[in-house]
Amino acid sequence: MKLTHYKNLRLKLIAITLAVSIGPLILLGTAIYYQFGKLYQERIEDQIRTLARTQSNAVDVFLRERTTILAMIVETQSFETLNNPENLSKLFWQINQRAEGLGLVDLGVIDKEGNQLAYAGPYNLQGLNYYQQPWFDEVLRRGQFISNVFMGFRQVPHVIIAVKGVTGNNSWILRATIDSEILNRLVRSAQVGTSGDAFIVNRDGVFQTSPRFKGVILGQSKIETQRFGEGTTVIETREDSGDIRYIGGAWLKDREWMLVISQIAGQEHGWMGNARNTEIMIIATGCVVILFAIVLISNTLVRHLEQADCEMNELNSQLIQQDKLAALGKMAAGIAHEINNPLAVIGEKAGWMEDLLAEEEFQNSENYKEFAASIGKIEEHVDRARKITHNMLGFARRMEPRLDDVEINHVLDQTIEMLSNHARINDIEIVKHYTDRLPIIASDQSQLQQVFLNLINNAIDAIGSDGTIDVSTGMEKEYIRISIHDNGPGIPEAIQKKIFDPFFTTKHNGKGTGLGLSISYTIIEKMGGQISIDSHEDQGTTFVVLLPLVLPEKK
Amino acid sequence: MNTFRILVVDDETDFLETIVNRLNKRKLDATGVTSGEAAIDVLKEELYDVVLLDIKMPGGMDGIETLREIKRIQPLVEVLLLTGHASVETSIEGMKQGAFDYLLKPMKFEDLLTKMAQAFEKKATHDKKIRDAKIQELIRYPSRVFDQEKK
Repeated sequence: MKLTHYKNLRLKLIAITLAVSIGPLILLGTAIYYQFGKLYQERIEDQIRTLARTQSNAVDVFLRERTTILAMIVETQSFETLNNPENLSKLFWQINQRAEGLGLVDLGVIDKEGNQLAYAGPYNLQGLNYYQQPWFDEVLRRGQFISNVFMGFRQVPHVIIAVKGVTGNNSWILRATIDSEILNRLVRSAQVGTSGDAFIVNRDGVFQTSPRFKGVILGQSKIETQRFGEGTTVIETREDSGDIRYIGGAWLKDREWMLVISQIAGQEHGWMGNARNTEIMIIATGCVVILFAIVLISNTLVRHLEQADCEMNELNSQLIQQDKLAALGKMAAGIAHEINNPLAVIGEKAGWMEDLLAEEEFQNSENYKEFAASIGKIEEHVDRARKITHNMLGFARRMEPRLDDVEINHVLDQTIEMLSNHARINDIEIVKHYTDRLPIIASDQSQLQQVFLNLINNAIDAIGSDGTIDVSTGMEKEYIRISIHDNGPGIPEAIQKKIFDPFFTTKHNGKGTGLGLSISYTIIEKMGGQISIDSHEDQGTTFVVLLPLVLPEKK
Repeated sequence: MNTFRILVVDDETDFLETIVNRLNKRKLDATGVTSGEAAIDVLKEELYDVVLLDIKMPGGMDGIETLREIKRIQPLVEVLLLTGHASVETSIEGMKQGAFDYLLKPMKFEDLLTKMAQAFEKKATHDKKIRDAKIQELIRYPSRVFDQEKK
């Protein structure tokens, strides 16, 4: 029960400390992790948004510039001048010459019936009719027009910029073609990193420039343009590979086209992922270290507690034993006193009877011997009772030990000498294992002798006959250790706890008072020592007496 | 053993009677009283050699008080204390007050006789010394015999 108690305590300690220390750490880690993610996302979105906006501005500016140039030509030149192919060629050449990279592929003048009147450029498009072309109406209606990319007659992707001119009642159109390759080039500069893409789609999601990856110009981009709001919008999509792709779209050309910047998260920002991994690793390492520390600390703590408990229990049992002895001492004294008086009367009456028996008239009486024997028995038993009560009084008496210079080995020798005859009769050998030159201590020689006598006598009684008693001495820390071992039958564990209790005896009725060991215990305890027992059935019993090293004062 | 006068003081009459009987049987002149007060009264009238005094007597004078009073009346009488009491301190106190020795009840009668004989011997020696001193004094100053007679 005690064991599970400590186990529970240990588990509780570990659980609580773990929860308190690792909980916040994990919370903090998670918060930081998501904060990182959010920051990262915001940063990427910001980047993409900026890129899309600037790039769309650039494209817008590019187109507006060209439209403005055409409009200026229409304003400043007359229809007649432009309708002359020679003049138109010259103008086209001049424009391309002066403004290099304006990227005009050709220039043409178209009348309101859709007939190409004049043409300057690399292709032979003279005389073509554009009346059926969808942009033609648009130009006449709105004044100027920029087309989507389309293939046209030449089967090359291009963009048409057309501006309407009016001379009197006559409307006409100045039309220029821009190779979509120029747009491609313009947009490509925004294709960052290894996964970044930049392209233009029209409102139906059709590629207006060549995307870097999947898809071709005029192909369907699968971009749902209606998801993009006014200005610049960034949306997230999940790739099949699991990566998150950010798609930023910025409308241009009056919401006809949209510049799209797309980027896979994480790839271009490896440091972000690294930071996350590092954070996770630091927290994980922290958790492991904390776990180890907690387990270690809990174990140490519980072990110390266990030890303290153990010591306290031992102390408690010692205190209980002392209390028991003290209480019994008082009682014993009271009882002894009450019994001593009647005992004295009995003794004296018996003595008186004995005295009377000595008179002649009784000597010849029939039952003289019976009387004498009975009186003898009475006296004998009064004597026995007297010994017991006097023992009890001695036990209760608080005699201060008289301090002599005591040589333990010598005291033991004397004691063994006293008992040697008794031992020899019973075929018991007493073996001595002394440590030479034990320090001389200040103690009460006669009381010690009483204790040793009691212990060795018990050992002899325990063996009965034929055995060995081993008496050894030695030092143990600040104590002199005397151990008395017999190879008798041992003491059952159940009664080991009781053997120091007053009046507890295993001897036959009348052979022991049960006071010997408790008196020994009191004597040794008063000297500041300890007396303990180690016994196993069939292996014999060892009594160990520890006496404090009280050195005699120098005389 | 020379015969001598013994006063036994004990409130336990059974014990008292028996002891007195046994002592008398051994040709000792023993008398018994059951209280300290009675003992004092007797000692005021008669001379005794040894007093056997029980320390613990309920009611009236206790052993130590009685002892003190005895020593006041008859300083030369030897007192042997008897106790059934646990506390040896009382006995020690008694010894300090001039008791000869103490015995723990129940005692062996032989021990009691031995102790009493010793007490009497001490008393006898003491008496002898005083007698000798008196004789010496008389030899030196014979006229003091008459001074004493005058008293």
